[in-house]
Amino acid sequence: MIELRALRKVFGDTVALEEIDLSVPAGEIHGIVGRSGAGKSTLIRCLTGLDSPTSGTVSIDGVDLTNRSGAGLREARRNIGMVFQHVNLLDSRTALHNVAQPLKIAGIGKAERLAKARELLDFVGLGDRVDNYPAQLSGGQKQRVGIARALAAEPKVLLCDEPTSALDASTTDQILGLIRSLRDRLGITVLIITHEMSVVREICDSVTLLADGRVAKTGKLAEVLSEPGSALAKDLVPLPPVGIDDSEGRLVEVSLAGTDLPTVLTAAQKAGVSAEAILAGAVETIEGRQIGRLRFTVGSAEQSNGLISALKADGIYAEEAA
Amino acid sequence: MNDPMWLDNPAITDQMWPAAVETLLMTAWSTGLAVLFGLPLGIWLFTASKGGLNSNQFVYRVLSFIVDVTRSIPFIILIIALIPFARFVVGSALGWQATVVSLTIGAIPFYARLVENSLREVSEGKVEAALMMGASNGQVIRQVYVPEAKPGLIGAATVTSVTLVSYTAMAGAVGGGGLGALAISYGYQRYQADTMIACIIVLVLIVTLIQFIGDRLARAVDHR
Repeated sequence: MIELRALRKVFGDTVALEEIDLSVPAGEIHGIVGRSGAGKSTLIRCLTGLDSPTSGTVSIDGVDLTNRSGAGLREARRNIGMVFQHVNLLDSRTALHNVAQPLKIAGIGKAERLAKARELLDFVGLGDRVDNYPAQLSGGQKQRVGIARALAAEPKVLLCDEPTSALDASTTDQILGLIRSLRDRLGITVLIITHEMSVVREICDSVTLLADGRVAKTGKLAEVLSEPGSALAKDLVPLPPVGIDDSEGRLVEVSLAGTDLPTVLTAAQKAGVSAEAILAGAVETIEGRQIGRLRFTVGSAEQSNGLISALKADGIYAEEAA
Repeated sequence: MNDPMWLDNPAITDQMWPAAVETLLMTAWSTGLAVLFGLPLGIWLFTASKGGLNSNQFVYRVLSFIVDVTRSIPFIILIIALIPFARFVVGSALGWQATVVSLTIGAIPFYARLVENSLREVSEGKVEAALMMGASNGQVIRQVYVPEAKPGLIGAATVTSVTLVSYTAMAGAVGGGGLGALAISYGYQRYQADTMIACIIVLVLIVTLIQFIGDRLARAVDHR
Protein backbone atom coordinates (compact mmCIF):
# COMPACT_ATOMS: atom_id res chain seq x y z
CA MET A 1 0.00 0.00 0.00
CA ILE A 2 2.84 2.36 0.89
CA GLU A 3 6.01 1.94 -1.15
CA LEU A 4 9.19 3.97 -0.83
CA ARG A 5 12.01 3.23 -3.26
CA ALA A 6 15.55 4.57 -2.85
CA LEU A 7 14.23 7.76 -1.34
CA ARG A 8 16.81 10.46 -0.90
CA LYS A 9 16.38 14.00 0.30
CA VAL A 10 19.11 16.59 0.46
CA PHE A 11 18.85 20.08 1.91
CA GLY A 12 21.83 22.06 0.67
CA ASP A 13 24.84 20.14 1.96
CA THR A 14 22.88 18.10 4.48
CA VAL A 15 21.62 14.69 3.57
CA ALA A 16 18.35 14.29 5.45
CA LEU A 17 17.31 10.94 4.02
CA GLU A 18 19.37 8.36 2.16
CA GLU A 19 18.39 5.06 0.53
CA ILE A 20 15.07 4.72 2.23
CA ASP A 21 13.30 1.59 1.05
CA LEU A 22 10.10 0.78 2.78
CA SER A 23 7.03 -1.19 1.99
CA VAL A 24 3.92 -1.37 4.11
CA PRO A 25 1.28 -3.89 3.04
CA ALA A 26 -2.41 -3.03 3.19
CA GLY A 27 -4.03 -3.22 6.61
CA GLU A 28 -0.79 -3.09 8.52
CA ILE A 29 0.19 -0.66 11.26
CA HIS A 30 3.77 0.36 10.68
CA GLY A 31 5.81 2.43 13.08
CA ILE A 32 8.69 4.68 12.14
CA VAL A 33 10.86 5.43 15.09
CA GLY A 34 14.04 7.34 15.60
CA ARG A 35 15.54 10.09 17.68
CA SER A 36 14.83 13.68 16.77
CA GLY A 37 16.91 14.61 13.77
CA ALA A 38 16.82 11.07 12.42
CA GLY A 39 14.75 12.20 9.46
CA LYS A 40 11.24 11.25 10.57
CA SER A 41 9.70 14.63 9.80
CA THR A 42 11.41 14.89 6.44
CA LEU A 43 10.16 11.42 5.62
CA ILE A 44 6.56 12.30 6.37
CA ARG A 45 6.83 15.53 4.37
CA CYS A 46 8.05 13.50 1.40
CA LEU A 47 5.27 10.98 1.91
CA THR A 48 2.64 13.69 1.72
CA GLY A 49 4.15 15.68 -1.09
CA LEU A 50 4.67 18.72 1.14
CA ASP A 51 8.32 18.29 0.18
CA SER A 52 9.52 16.54 -2.91
CA PRO A 53 12.34 14.03 -2.57
CA THR A 54 15.66 14.74 -4.27
CA SER A 55 15.46 11.30 -5.85
CA GLY A 56 13.58 8.05 -5.41
CA THR A 57 9.88 7.42 -5.47
CA VAL A 58 6.96 7.46 -3.07
CA SER A 59 3.83 5.64 -4.04
CA ILE A 60 0.65 5.19 -2.10
CA ASP A 61 -1.92 2.69 -3.30
CA GLY A 62 -0.05 2.41 -6.58
CA VAL A 63 -0.11 6.17 -7.18
CA ASP A 64 3.30 7.78 -7.53
CA LEU A 65 3.31 11.04 -5.60
CA THR A 66 6.78 12.14 -6.60
CA ASN A 67 6.00 13.46 -10.03
CA ARG A 68 2.74 15.05 -9.20
CA SER A 69 1.99 18.69 -8.68
CA GLY A 70 -1.00 20.99 -8.76
CA ALA A 71 -4.36 19.31 -9.25
CA GLY A 72 -2.84 15.83 -9.61
CA LEU A 73 -1.10 16.10 -6.26
CA ARG A 74 -4.22 17.51 -4.58
CA GLU A 75 -6.22 14.60 -5.96
CA ALA A 76 -3.68 12.06 -4.68
CA ARG A 77 -3.59 13.67 -1.24
CA ARG A 78 -7.28 12.97 -0.79
CA ASN A 79 -6.37 9.29 -0.53
CA ILE A 80 -4.20 10.01 2.48
CA GLY A 81 -5.62 10.84 5.87
CA MET A 82 -3.26 12.74 8.09
CA VAL A 83 -3.21 12.98 11.87
CA PHE A 84 -0.94 15.61 13.40
CA GLN A 85 0.77 15.94 16.75
CA HIS A 86 -0.79 19.35 17.30
CA VAL A 87 -4.04 18.23 15.65
CA ASN A 88 -4.29 21.50 13.69
CA LEU A 89 -8.04 21.93 13.96
CA LEU A 90 -9.51 25.24 12.88
CA ASP A 91 -10.33 27.26 16.01
CA SER A 92 -13.02 29.14 14.12
CA ARG A 93 -15.02 26.01 13.29
CA THR A 94 -16.98 23.55 15.39
CA ALA A 95 -15.93 19.92 15.63
CA LEU A 96 -18.57 19.05 13.04
CA HIS A 97 -17.32 21.57 10.49
CA ASN A 98 -13.71 20.62 11.14
CA VAL A 99 -14.48 17.00 10.34
CA ALA A 100 -16.44 18.04 7.27
CA GLN A 101 -13.62 20.21 5.94
CA PRO A 102 -11.90 17.59 3.73
CA LEU A 103 -15.29 16.92 2.10
CA LYS A 104 -15.89 20.62 1.60
CA ILE A 105 -12.50 20.85 -0.10
CA ALA A 106 -13.48 17.89 -2.28
CA GLY A 107 -16.63 19.77 -3.29
CA ILE A 108 -19.20 17.58 -1.53
CA GLY A 109 -22.57 19.20 -0.83
CA LYS A 110 -23.28 20.64 2.60
CA ALA A 111 -26.01 18.25 3.76
CA GLU A 112 -24.05 15.20 2.71
CA ARG A 113 -20.75 16.28 4.25
CA LEU A 114 -22.31 17.29 7.56
CA ALA A 115 -24.16 13.97 7.79
CA LYS A 116 -20.93 12.12 7.13
CA ALA A 117 -19.07 14.26 9.70
CA ARG A 118 -21.72 13.54 12.31
CA GLU A 119 -21.38 9.82 11.63
CA LEU A 120 -17.59 10.00 12.01
CA LEU A 121 -17.79 11.94 15.26
CA ASP A 122 -20.11 9.25 16.54
CA PHE A 123 -17.59 6.66 15.42
CA VAL A 124 -14.79 8.26 17.47
CA GLY A 125 -17.09 8.62 20.47
CA LEU A 126 -17.76 12.35 20.25
CA GLY A 127 -21.34 12.25 19.03
CA ASP A 128 -22.35 14.66 21.78
CA ARG A 129 -19.61 17.18 20.98
CA VAL A 130 -20.46 18.09 17.40
CA ASP A 131 -21.17 21.73 18.15
CA ASN A 132 -18.18 22.33 20.39
CA TYR A 133 -15.31 24.50 19.26
CA PRO A 134 -11.80 23.01 19.61
CA ALA A 135 -11.09 25.33 22.56
CA GLN A 136 -13.91 23.58 24.44
CA LEU A 137 -12.39 20.12 23.97
CA SER A 138 -9.64 18.31 25.86
CA GLY A 139 -6.41 17.27 24.16
CA GLY A 140 -7.60 13.71 23.68
CA GLN A 141 -10.97 14.85 22.34
CA LYS A 142 -9.24 17.19 19.89
CA GLN A 143 -7.13 14.32 18.61
CA ARG A 144 -10.29 12.23 18.17
CA VAL A 145 -11.77 15.03 16.09
CA GLY A 146 -8.47 15.12 14.17
CA ILE A 147 -8.74 11.39 13.48
CA ALA A 148 -12.38 11.70 12.44
CA ARG A 149 -11.34 14.49 10.06
CA ALA A 150 -8.54 12.36 8.63
CA LEU A 151 -11.09 9.63 7.87
CA ALA A 152 -13.67 11.91 6.27
CA ALA A 153 -12.53 11.46 2.68
CA GLU A 154 -12.32 7.68 3.21
CA PRO A 155 -8.59 7.43 2.63
CA LYS A 156 -6.83 4.11 2.22
CA VAL A 157 -3.85 5.27 4.21
CA LEU A 158 -3.65 7.04 7.52
CA LEU A 159 -0.43 8.88 8.28
CA CYS A 160 0.03 9.75 11.92
CA ASP A 161 2.77 12.20 12.81
CA GLU A 162 3.48 11.85 16.53
CA PRO A 163 -0.26 11.48 17.22
CA THR A 164 0.08 11.00 20.95
CA SER A 165 3.20 12.97 21.84
CA ALA A 166 1.20 15.84 23.28
CA LEU A 167 -1.11 13.58 25.32
CA ASP A 168 -0.88 12.00 28.73
CA ALA A 169 -0.47 8.26 29.19
CA SER A 170 -4.09 7.19 29.59
CA THR A 171 -5.28 9.43 26.74
CA THR A 172 -2.47 7.99 24.63
CA ASP A 173 -3.82 4.50 25.26
CA GLN A 174 -7.32 5.58 24.22
CA ILE A 175 -6.09 7.17 21.01
CA LEU A 176 -3.94 4.15 20.18
CA GLY A 177 -6.91 1.89 20.86
CA LEU A 178 -8.95 4.01 18.46
CA ILE A 179 -6.31 3.76 15.75
CA ARG A 180 -6.12 0.01 16.17
CA SER A 181 -9.90 -0.32 15.92
CA LEU A 182 -9.85 1.76 12.72
CA ARG A 183 -7.47 -0.73 11.19
CA ASP A 184 -9.54 -3.67 12.40
CA ARG A 185 -12.88 -2.25 11.30
CA LEU A 186 -11.96 -0.31 8.17
CA GLY A 187 -8.88 -2.21 7.04
CA ILE A 188 -7.00 1.07 6.70
CA THR A 189 -3.21 1.03 6.42
CA VAL A 190 -1.54 3.07 9.12
CA LEU A 191 1.90 4.64 9.25
CA ILE A 192 2.83 6.09 12.63
CA ILE A 193 5.81 8.31 13.11
CA THR A 194 6.77 8.44 16.74
CA HIS A 195 9.58 8.75 19.19
CA GLU A 196 7.56 7.01 21.88
CA MET A 197 8.48 3.38 22.21
CA SER A 198 5.24 2.68 24.05
CA VAL A 199 3.34 3.51 20.86
CA VAL A 200 5.35 0.94 18.92
CA ARG A 201 4.89 -1.65 21.63
CA GLU A 202 1.15 -1.02 21.80
CA ILE A 203 -0.02 -1.11 18.23
CA CYS A 204 2.64 -1.61 15.59
CA ASP A 205 2.79 -4.79 13.51
CA SER A 206 6.03 -3.78 11.90
CA VAL A 207 8.57 -1.10 12.53
CA THR A 208 11.37 0.85 10.91
CA LEU A 209 14.14 2.40 12.90
CA LEU A 210 15.62 5.49 11.32
CA ALA A 211 19.05 6.70 12.33
CA ASP A 212 20.95 9.54 10.65
CA GLY A 213 18.55 9.54 7.73
CA ARG A 214 18.95 5.86 6.96
CA VAL A 215 16.96 2.75 7.71
CA ALA A 216 18.82 1.18 10.59
CA LYS A 217 16.39 -1.68 10.94
CA THR A 218 13.07 -2.68 9.50
CA GLY A 219 10.74 -5.65 9.76
CA LYS A 220 7.99 -7.25 11.81
CA LEU A 221 8.07 -5.97 15.35
CA ALA A 222 8.78 -9.31 17.00
CA GLU A 223 11.54 -10.14 14.49
CA VAL A 224 13.26 -6.82 14.82
CA LEU A 225 13.13 -7.03 18.57
CA SER A 226 14.34 -10.57 18.89
CA GLU A 227 17.45 -9.88 16.87
CA PRO A 228 20.33 -10.19 19.31
CA GLY A 229 21.79 -6.86 20.35
CA SER A 230 18.93 -5.00 18.67
CA ALA A 231 19.24 -1.28 19.24
CA LEU A 232 15.49 -1.02 19.02
CA ALA A 233 15.02 -3.57 21.78
CA LYS A 234 17.27 -1.47 23.99
CA ASP A 235 15.06 1.53 23.40
CA LEU A 236 11.79 -0.37 23.60
CA VAL A 237 12.53 -2.27 26.76
CA PRO A 238 14.91 -0.04 28.66
CA LEU A 239 16.73 -1.31 31.69
CA PRO A 240 15.82 0.50 34.86
CA PRO A 241 18.61 2.82 35.91
CA VAL A 242 20.65 1.37 38.76
CA GLY A 243 23.32 3.12 40.76
CA ILE A 244 26.55 1.16 40.81
CA ASP A 245 28.60 1.42 43.98
CA ASP A 246 31.36 -0.93 42.85
CA SER A 247 33.35 1.19 40.41
CA GLU A 248 35.77 -1.69 39.85
CA GLY A 249 32.99 -3.92 38.56
CA ARG A 250 32.41 -4.84 34.93
CA LEU A 251 28.97 -4.91 33.40
CA VAL A 252 27.77 -7.56 30.99
CA GLU A 253 24.54 -7.17 29.10
CA VAL A 254 22.71 -10.26 27.97
CA SER A 255 19.95 -10.29 25.39
CA LEU A 256 17.04 -12.59 26.07
CA ALA A 257 16.11 -12.62 22.40
CA GLY A 258 15.73 -16.17 21.11
CA THR A 259 16.28 -17.71 24.51
CA ASP A 260 14.76 -17.60 27.96
CA LEU A 261 15.69 -16.80 31.52
CA PRO A 262 16.52 -20.33 32.83
CA THR A 263 18.83 -21.00 29.85
CA VAL A 264 20.73 -17.79 30.51
CA LEU A 265 21.08 -18.54 34.23
CA THR A 266 22.30 -22.07 33.61
CA ALA A 267 24.88 -20.81 31.14
CA ALA A 268 26.00 -18.10 33.56
CA GLN A 269 26.41 -20.62 36.35
CA LYS A 270 28.82 -22.57 34.16
CA ALA A 271 31.01 -19.47 34.13
CA GLY A 272 30.71 -19.22 37.89
CA VAL A 273 28.30 -16.31 37.88
CA SER A 274 25.18 -16.70 39.97
CA ALA A 275 21.79 -15.04 39.67
CA GLU A 276 22.82 -12.71 42.50
CA ALA A 277 25.10 -10.93 40.05
CA ILE A 278 22.06 -9.67 38.13
CA LEU A 279 22.04 -5.93 38.65
CA ALA A 280 19.05 -5.11 36.53
CA GLY A 281 16.72 -6.77 34.13
CA ALA A 282 13.79 -5.96 31.92
CA VAL A 283 11.66 -8.56 30.26
CA GLU A 284 8.56 -8.15 28.22
CA THR A 285 6.48 -10.45 26.09
CA ILE A 286 5.72 -8.99 22.70
CA GLU A 287 3.69 -11.10 20.28
CA GLY A 288 4.39 -14.23 22.28
CA ARG A 289 8.13 -13.77 22.44
CA GLN A 290 10.21 -12.80 25.41
CA ILE A 291 12.12 -9.63 24.73
CA GLY A 292 14.47 -8.12 27.20
CA ARG A 293 17.88 -7.90 28.69
CA LEU A 294 19.72 -8.72 31.87
CA ARG A 295 22.66 -6.82 33.23
CA PHE A 296 25.21 -8.77 35.25
CA THR A 297 27.88 -7.20 37.34
CA VAL A 298 31.12 -9.12 37.69
CA GLY A 299 34.41 -8.39 39.43
CA SER A 300 37.03 -8.37 36.71
CA ALA A 301 37.67 -8.30 33.00
CA GLU A 302 38.58 -11.97 33.10
CA GLN A 303 35.28 -12.86 34.67
CA SER A 304 33.32 -10.79 32.21
CA ASN A 305 35.12 -12.39 29.26
CA GLY A 306 34.47 -15.80 30.76
CA LEU A 307 30.80 -15.05 31.17
CA ILE A 308 30.43 -13.69 27.64
CA SER A 309 32.13 -16.69 26.04
CA ALA A 310 30.13 -19.13 28.18
CA LEU A 311 26.91 -17.48 27.07
CA LYS A 312 27.98 -17.32 23.46
CA ALA A 313 28.78 -21.02 23.56
CA ASP A 314 25.12 -21.59 24.29
CA GLY A 315 24.08 -19.27 21.49
CA ILE A 316 23.14 -16.39 23.75
CA TYR A 317 24.02 -12.85 22.76
CA ALA A 318 26.03 -10.96 25.36
CA GLU A 319 28.29 -7.95 25.35
CA GLU A 320 30.20 -5.88 27.79
CA ALA A 321 28.26 -2.76 28.62
CA ALA A 322 29.80 0.61 29.12
CA MET B 1 -16.08 88.63 22.76
CA ASN B 2 -19.77 88.54 23.53
CA ASP B 3 -20.48 85.79 21.08
CA PRO B 4 -23.08 83.33 22.34
CA MET B 5 -21.39 80.32 23.89
CA TRP B 6 -22.07 76.57 24.12
CA LEU B 7 -25.73 75.75 23.62
CA ASP B 8 -26.46 79.31 22.49
CA ASN B 9 -23.74 79.10 19.87
CA PRO B 10 -25.30 78.24 16.48
CA ALA B 11 -22.02 76.69 15.38
CA ILE B 12 -22.65 74.04 18.02
CA THR B 13 -26.42 73.75 18.00
CA ASP B 14 -26.95 73.89 14.24
CA GLN B 15 -23.74 72.62 12.73
CA MET B 16 -22.40 70.05 15.15
CA TRP B 17 -24.90 67.32 14.27
CA PRO B 18 -24.55 67.50 10.47
CA ALA B 19 -20.75 67.71 10.88
CA ALA B 20 -20.74 64.60 13.10
CA VAL B 21 -22.90 62.76 10.56
CA GLU B 22 -20.46 63.73 7.82
CA THR B 23 -17.54 62.48 9.86
CA LEU B 24 -19.35 59.19 10.49
CA LEU B 25 -20.24 58.86 6.81
CA MET B 26 -16.66 59.55 5.73
CA THR B 27 -15.30 57.08 8.26
CA ALA B 28 -17.82 54.38 7.42
CA TRP B 29 -17.41 54.68 3.65
CA SER B 30 -13.66 54.85 3.70
CA THR B 31 -13.35 51.99 6.21
CA GLY B 32 -15.67 49.87 4.10
CA LEU B 33 -13.80 50.64 0.89
CA ALA B 34 -10.40 50.22 2.54
CA VAL B 35 -11.42 46.76 3.75
CA LEU B 36 -12.90 45.89 0.37
CA PHE B 37 -9.67 46.72 -1.46
CA GLY B 38 -7.15 46.30 1.36
CA LEU B 39 -8.14 42.72 2.21
CA PRO B 40 -7.32 41.31 -1.23
CA LEU B 41 -4.17 43.46 -1.39
CA GLY B 42 -3.10 42.21 2.05
CA ILE B 43 -3.78 38.61 1.02
CA TRP B 44 -1.79 39.16 -2.15
CA LEU B 45 1.10 40.69 -0.15
CA PHE B 46 1.02 37.75 2.23
CA THR B 47 0.85 35.00 -0.37
CA ALA B 48 3.67 36.61 -2.36
CA SER B 49 5.88 37.02 0.71
CA LYS B 50 8.62 34.62 1.66
CA GLY B 51 7.12 31.31 2.75
CA GLY B 52 3.72 32.33 1.38
CA LEU B 53 1.49 30.07 -0.67
CA ASN B 54 2.61 31.66 -3.90
CA SER B 55 5.89 33.18 -2.90
CA ASN B 56 7.27 35.62 -5.43
CA GLN B 57 9.97 38.00 -4.27
CA PHE B 58 9.58 40.31 -7.24
CA VAL B 59 5.83 40.74 -6.83
CA TYR B 60 6.27 41.13 -3.08
CA ARG B 61 8.91 43.85 -3.42
CA VAL B 62 6.85 45.82 -5.92
CA LEU B 63 3.68 45.61 -3.82
CA SER B 64 5.58 46.35 -0.67
CA PHE B 65 7.19 49.40 -2.24
CA ILE B 66 3.86 50.83 -3.38
CA VAL B 67 2.32 50.20 0.03
CA ASP B 68 5.24 51.77 1.89
CA VAL B 69 5.41 54.82 -0.36
CA THR B 70 1.69 55.49 0.06
CA ARG B 71 1.96 55.01 3.80
CA SER B 72 4.89 57.36 4.18
CA ILE B 73 3.25 60.32 2.48
CA PRO B 74 1.78 62.58 5.18
CA PHE B 75 -1.96 62.36 4.85
CA ILE B 76 -2.59 66.07 4.43
CA ILE B 77 -0.24 66.04 1.43
CA LEU B 78 -1.86 62.91 0.04
CA ILE B 79 -5.26 64.66 0.08
CA ILE B 80 -3.92 67.65 -1.82
CA ALA B 81 -2.11 65.42 -4.28
CA LEU B 82 -5.27 63.43 -4.86
CA ILE B 83 -7.53 66.44 -5.51
CA PRO B 84 -7.54 65.89 -9.30
CA PHE B 85 -8.26 62.20 -8.80
CA ALA B 86 -11.08 62.91 -6.35
CA ARG B 87 -12.57 65.40 -8.79
CA PHE B 88 -12.41 62.74 -11.49
CA VAL B 89 -14.12 60.12 -9.30
CA VAL B 90 -16.87 62.12 -7.55
CA GLY B 91 -17.01 65.21 -9.75
CA SER B 92 -15.86 67.65 -7.08
CA ALA B 93 -12.76 68.28 -5.02
CA LEU B 94 -14.80 69.58 -2.09
CA GLY B 95 -17.18 67.99 0.40
CA TRP B 96 -17.09 64.72 2.26
CA GLN B 97 -17.55 62.55 -0.84
CA ALA B 98 -14.29 63.86 -2.27
CA THR B 99 -12.57 63.27 1.05
CA VAL B 100 -13.70 59.64 1.04
CA VAL B 101 -11.66 59.11 -2.12
CA SER B 102 -8.40 60.26 -0.56
CA LEU B 103 -9.19 58.63 2.78
CA THR B 104 -9.71 55.32 1.01
CA ILE B 105 -6.52 55.62 -1.01
CA GLY B 106 -4.63 56.43 2.17
CA ALA B 107 -6.21 53.62 4.21
CA ILE B 108 -5.95 50.75 1.70
CA PRO B 109 -2.19 50.18 2.13
CA PHE B 110 -2.49 50.73 5.88
CA TYR B 111 -5.14 48.03 6.20
CA ALA B 112 -3.35 45.75 3.72
CA ARG B 113 -0.24 45.71 5.92
CA LEU B 114 -2.30 44.89 8.99
CA VAL B 115 -4.02 42.10 7.03
CA GLU B 116 -0.64 40.69 6.02
CA ASN B 117 0.42 40.59 9.67
CA SER B 118 -2.85 39.05 10.85
CA LEU B 119 -2.59 36.26 8.29
CA ARG B 120 0.95 35.57 9.43
CA GLU B 121 -0.46 34.67 12.86
CA VAL B 122 -2.30 31.65 11.47
CA SER B 123 -0.30 28.56 12.34
CA GLU B 124 1.50 26.74 9.57
CA GLY B 125 0.08 23.43 10.82
CA LYS B 126 -3.50 24.42 9.98
CA VAL B 127 -2.42 25.34 6.48
CA GLU B 128 -0.52 22.09 6.02
CA ALA B 129 -3.54 20.17 7.28
CA ALA B 130 -5.71 21.80 4.61
CA LEU B 131 -3.09 21.21 1.92
CA MET B 132 -3.01 17.57 2.97
CA MET B 133 -6.76 17.39 2.41
CA GLY B 134 -6.05 18.38 -1.16
CA ALA B 135 -6.99 22.05 -0.80
CA SER B 136 -5.99 24.50 -3.53
CA ASN B 137 -4.35 27.80 -2.61
CA GLY B 138 -7.68 29.58 -3.03
CA GLN B 139 -9.37 27.11 -0.70
CA VAL B 140 -6.61 27.52 1.87
CA ILE B 141 -7.12 31.29 1.81
CA ARG B 142 -10.92 31.16 1.98
CA GLN B 143 -11.27 28.21 4.35
CA VAL B 144 -8.23 28.57 6.59
CA TYR B 145 -6.45 31.92 6.53
CA VAL B 146 -9.40 34.29 6.44
CA PRO B 147 -11.70 32.51 8.94
CA GLU B 148 -8.85 31.75 11.33
CA ALA B 149 -7.53 35.31 11.18
CA LYS B 150 -10.99 36.87 11.42
CA PRO B 151 -10.60 38.31 14.95
CA GLY B 152 -7.32 39.90 13.84
CA LEU B 153 -8.82 41.18 10.60
CA ILE B 154 -11.67 42.82 12.53
CA GLY B 155 -9.19 44.30 14.99
CA ALA B 156 -7.21 45.68 12.07
CA ALA B 157 -10.36 47.21 10.57
CA THR B 158 -11.05 48.87 13.94
CA VAL B 159 -7.56 50.37 14.08
CA THR B 160 -7.95 51.56 10.48
CA SER B 161 -11.33 53.07 11.26
CA VAL B 162 -10.00 54.97 14.28
CA THR B 163 -7.09 56.24 12.23
CA LEU B 164 -9.55 57.34 9.57
CA VAL B 165 -11.48 59.43 12.11
CA SER B 166 -8.37 61.48 12.73
CA TYR B 167 -7.70 61.67 9.00
CA THR B 168 -11.19 63.07 8.42
CA ALA B 169 -10.34 65.82 10.86
CA MET B 170 -7.19 66.63 8.90
CA ALA B 171 -9.16 66.63 5.69
CA GLY B 172 -11.30 69.33 7.25
CA ALA B 173 -8.37 71.69 6.86
CA VAL B 174 -8.60 71.51 3.08
CA GLY B 175 -12.36 71.70 2.64
CA GLY B 176 -13.17 68.15 3.52
CA GLY B 177 -16.19 68.76 5.71
CA GLY B 178 -17.11 67.02 8.94
CA LEU B 179 -16.06 67.80 12.50
CA GLY B 180 -12.54 68.69 11.44
CA ALA B 181 -13.78 71.44 9.16
CA LEU B 182 -16.06 72.77 11.91
CA ALA B 183 -13.25 72.75 14.47
CA ILE B 184 -10.92 74.58 12.12
CA SER B 185 -13.30 77.16 10.71
CA TYR B 186 -15.01 78.02 14.00
CA GLY B 187 -12.80 76.73 16.79
CA TYR B 188 -9.50 77.81 15.26
CA GLN B 189 -10.15 80.61 12.76
CA ARG B 190 -12.93 82.30 14.78
CA TYR B 191 -11.39 81.59 18.18
CA GLN B 192 -14.48 79.73 19.45
CA ALA B 193 -12.94 77.60 22.17
CA ASP B 194 -16.37 76.08 22.96
CA THR B 195 -16.79 74.81 19.41
CA MET B 196 -13.29 73.37 19.45
CA ILE B 197 -13.89 71.57 22.75
CA ALA B 198 -17.31 70.30 21.62
CA CYS B 199 -15.76 68.92 18.42
CA ILE B 200 -13.07 67.13 20.42
CA ILE B 201 -15.64 65.61 22.75
CA VAL B 202 -17.74 64.31 19.86
CA LEU B 203 -14.62 62.92 18.13
CA VAL B 204 -13.61 61.12 21.31
CA LEU B 205 -17.12 59.69 21.59
CA ILE B 206 -17.01 58.48 17.99
CA VAL B 207 -13.63 56.83 18.47
CA THR B 208 -14.77 55.18 21.70
CA LEU B 209 -17.88 53.88 19.98
CA ILE B 210 -15.89 52.45 17.05
CA GLN B 211 -13.46 50.76 19.40
CA PHE B 212 -16.32 49.31 21.45
CA ILE B 213 -18.10 47.89 18.41
CA GLY B 214 -14.84 46.57 16.96
CA ASP B 215 -13.91 44.79 20.19
CA ARG B 216 -17.37 43.28 20.47
CA LEU B 217 -17.29 41.99 16.90
CA ALA B 218 -13.80 40.56 17.26
CA ARG B 219 -14.79 38.77 20.44
CA ALA B 220 -17.95 37.38 18.84
CA VAL B 221 -15.97 35.62 16.10
CA ASP B 222 -13.10 34.53 18.34
CA HIS B 223 -13.50 30.92 19.43
CA ARG B 224 -9.93 30.35 20.57
